[in-house]
Amino acid sequence: MSQTLQTSNLLAVPLAPLVGSVLAGVFGTHFGGNWLGRRITHSLTILGVLVAFVLSMQTLWSVAADGARFNETLYTWMVVGSLKMEIGFLIDGLTAMMMCVVTFVSLMVHIYTIGYMEEDEGYNRFFSYISLFTFSMLMLVMSNNMLQLFFGWEAVGLVSYLLIGFWFNKPTAIFANMKAFLVNRVGDFGFILGIGLIVAFAGTLNYTEAFAKSADLAVLNLPGTDWMLVTVICICLFIGAMGKSAQFPLHVWLPDSMEGPTPISALIHAATMVTAGIFMVARMSPLFELSDTALNLVMAIGAITALFMGFLGLIQNDIKRVVAYSTLSQLGYMTVALGASAYSVAVFHLMTHAFFKALLFLGAGSVIMGMHHNQDIRWMGGVRKYMPITWITSLLGSLALIGTPFFSGFYSKDSIIEAVAESTLPAAGFAHFAVLAGVFVTAFYSFRMYFLVFHGPERYDQNPDAHHDDHHAHDGGHHDHTPHESPWVVTVPLLLLAIPSVVIGYFTIDAMLFGDFFKDAIFVNADKHEAMHELGHAYHGAIAMAMHAFSSAPFWLAFAGVVSSYYMYMINPSVPAAIKRACMPIFTLFENKYYMDWINENILARGARALGTGLWKGGDQSVIDGGIVNGSWKLVGAVSVVTRQLQSGYLYHYALAMIVGVFLLMTWFVWLK
Amino acid sequence: MNITLGHYLTVGAILFALSVIGIFLNRKNLIVLLMAIELMLLAVNMNFVAFSHYLGDLHGQIFVFFILTVAAAESAIGLAILVQLFRNKSSINVDELNTLKG
Repeated sequence: MSQTLQTSNLLAVPLAPLVGSVLAGVFGTHFGGNWLGRRITHSLTILGVLVAFVLSMQTLWSVAADGARFNETLYTWMVVGSLKMEIGFLIDGLTAMMMCVVTFVSLMVHIYTIGYMEEDEGYNRFFSYISLFTFSMLMLVMSNNMLQLFFGWEAVGLVSYLLIGFWFNKPTAIFANMKAFLVNRVGDFGFILGIGLIVAFAGTLNYTEAFAKSADLAVLNLPGTDWMLVTVICICLFIGAMGKSAQFPLHVWLPDSMEGPTPISALIHAATMVTAGIFMVARMSPLFELSDTALNLVMAIGAITALFMGFLGLIQNDIKRVVAYSTLSQLGYMTVALGASAYSVAVFHLMTHAFFKALLFLGAGSVIMGMHHNQDIRWMGGVRKYMPITWITSLLGSLALIGTPFFSGFYSKDSIIEAVAESTLPAAGFAHFAVLAGVFVTAFYSFRMYFLVFHGPERYDQNPDAHHDDHHAHDGGHHDHTPHESPWVVTVPLLLLAIPSVVIGYFTIDAMLFGDFFKDAIFVNADKHEAMHELGHAYHGAIAMAMHAFSSAPFWLAFAGVVSSYYMYMINPSVPAAIKRACMPIFTLFENKYYMDWINENILARGARALGTGLWKGGDQSVIDGGIVNGSWKLVGAVSVVTRQLQSGYLYHYALAMIVGVFLLMTWFVWLK
Repeated sequence: MNITLGHYLTVGAILFALSVIGIFLNRKNLIVLLMAIELMLLAVNMNFVAFSHYLGDLHGQIFVFFILTVAAAESAIGLAILVQLFRNKSSINVDELNTLKG
C-alpha cells in the first residue's frame, strides 16, 4: 500500500518545522538566553520548512504519479474502552495537495519575513511562531483521525492567537486576538460536539472506520428527537468550519486579525489556517453527502458570506482590510462550492486562492513597507513607479482574484459558479445570484485598491496622521516620504507566488476537477448531487473553458467591475463621494459592518455578562450564600434564641417537664391508642 | 373492711403524688429533692408488690429488690455529689443551683 511513501519521510514533514520552531523559540529568545542570532534563527526555521516542502513535493509526486496512498497509525496515545486515540497519517490526493500548498506558502512567508520584520525586536519569536504554525497545520491536514485533526485545529488557533497579538503592546492587537480566540471557541464548541456525536454513534475517531459506518449513521435519528443524526453531526462540524473559516456570523474575527504582522495575514488568515474549515468539510464529504439539509445550510451561509462580506470590502480604506474582506468573500465561494457537493472545486479554489491571496497580502505588506507603515490607501497612489515588482505581482494577483480567463482564479471561481448553477438544492438559486453578484463586487474592490495604490496622483505626503500607528519606529534614514522598492527577500517570494497564481489553474484543473486525483479522498453521491457530473459534461479542456468565458456572465461582470472602478477612481473621482451621499444609510450599514460587532458586544457579550451578573448576584450571592449558607445558621440561631429560654437551669423545671411529658405520653397511650 | 388491690394502688398513687409535689414545692433543700425521688420509687415499688400479690406472680417482688438496690446505689452517688456540691458552692439551695442554663 505504501510502497513509495515511507513513514520516516512523512514524519519528517511536520517534525522539521517543529524542530526549527523549538530551536528558534527556546534558544533564539530571551527565554533560552538569546543563544541564536537572527541569521541563524531564520536559517534554521527556513531550513525546516524547506525540508518539509521538498518532502511534500516528493509525496505529491508519488501520490499523483504512482497513485501511492498511505493510511497508518503511528502511535497509540491511549485506549479508553473500545475508543482508540491515535496519531497517524492519511496521505491521499487531498492531503498531498494541502501539504504542498501549506509548506510552499509557509516557505515564501518565511523568506518574506526576513525583510518585513527586519526592524522588529521579536524577530526570532516570530520565526518560531510561524514554524510552529506550519507544524500544526501539517498535523491538521495529514491526520487520519478526528482527534489529531482537532489537535491541529486548536494548535493553529493558538498560533493564530499568538501572532495576531504579536505586537502585544498595542491594545487593538490584544483586543483582536482575544476576539479571534473567543469567536473560534464558539466554532470549536460545535466542532467538538460533532466529533463527539461521531464517536458516540460510530465508536471510532478514525476517518476510514467512521466513513465505513456512514451508511449505518444515515438511518439513525438523534435520540429523543426526530432529527436525522447525520444532519446534526454535519451541522455541528460545519459550525466548527464556520469559526475557523470565518463564515457568517462567526466571521467577525478575521478583519480584526489584520492587527497582526502582514506575513501572518498572508500565511494564516488568507492561505492556510482559514481554509482548514473548507478542508475539513471536504474531508468529511462522505458524511455531508448524506444530509441535504446540512448542504443547504452550508451553501446558504457560504452565499451570504461571499456576497455581503464582499460589499464591506468596497468601503475599506486600510489596504489589509480590503484584502481581508476579499478573503472572507472568497472563503464564502469555497463554502458555496462545498454546499453544491462540488468538494473538489472548493479545494481547487482553496489552492488557487492560497497562492493569489498570499501574493496579494505579501504585496500589500510590501506596499506598507514601501510607504513607511502607512496602511491607508487614500494616502497612496502612483506607487507603480517606485515599486515595479510589487506593482506587477499585485496586478497579477488581482487579475487572478477577479477571475480573468487563463489565470488560476478564473478556473476555480468559474467552476464554482457553474457548479452552483447545476446544483438542485433549494438554496442554489440564492447562492447562484450571490456568487454572480460577488464577481462584480470582487472585481470592483480589487481594482479600486489597485488603482488607488499603484496609479493616480501621488498622495502619500498628504496623510494627515502619518505614522499614527508606528509601533516600530524607523531609524533616521527614512525621513523622506518617497516609497521605495522592497529588498529581494520580499520581492522573490512575490515573484515565486505570482507564478502559481497565474498558471496553476490551467495545469491542474484537468486532474483535480475531472481526473481521479481526489478519487478516494472525496466522495460525492453522484445520483443525488449531480453538479460535478454536469460540470464534467460541459468541460472540454482548459483552453476551451477560458475561451467560452468571454461569452459568459461572470467575465463581463468582472469586466464591468474593473471598468467602473477605473471610472470612479481614475477618471472621475467625485463619483464615489456622490454615491456615498446618495446611499448614506447603506454606507453607514457597511461602515458598521452590518452592526455585527455591535450585536456581539452589546447583545451577546452584554447579555452573557448580565446573565453572569444575574447568576452571581441572584444565584450565588443571594440564594446560595444568603439563603443556604447564611440562612441555615440564621435559622439555627433564631430557633435557639427561643429554645434556650426552656433551659432555665432549675432542676424542678426539668422535673416538671419530665412529669408533664410522661403524663402526655400516658394520656396518648391510654386514650388515643 | 376488706383490703383490695385498689386500696394499695391508692396508697401508691398518694405517695407518688406527694413526691411529685415535694419536687415542685421544694425550693430550698436539695436533700429533700433526693428524698422525694426515693419516695417516688417506693410508690412504684408499692404498686409492684400489690400487683405481684394479687396476680400471684413473684416476678414483681423480685423486681422490687432490684429497684431498691439501684435506688440505694443512686442515693449513695446522689449524696456524694451533694457533698461535693456543698463544698464548692457552700449551699444546697435549689434556687441558687441554676448554672446549667442556656
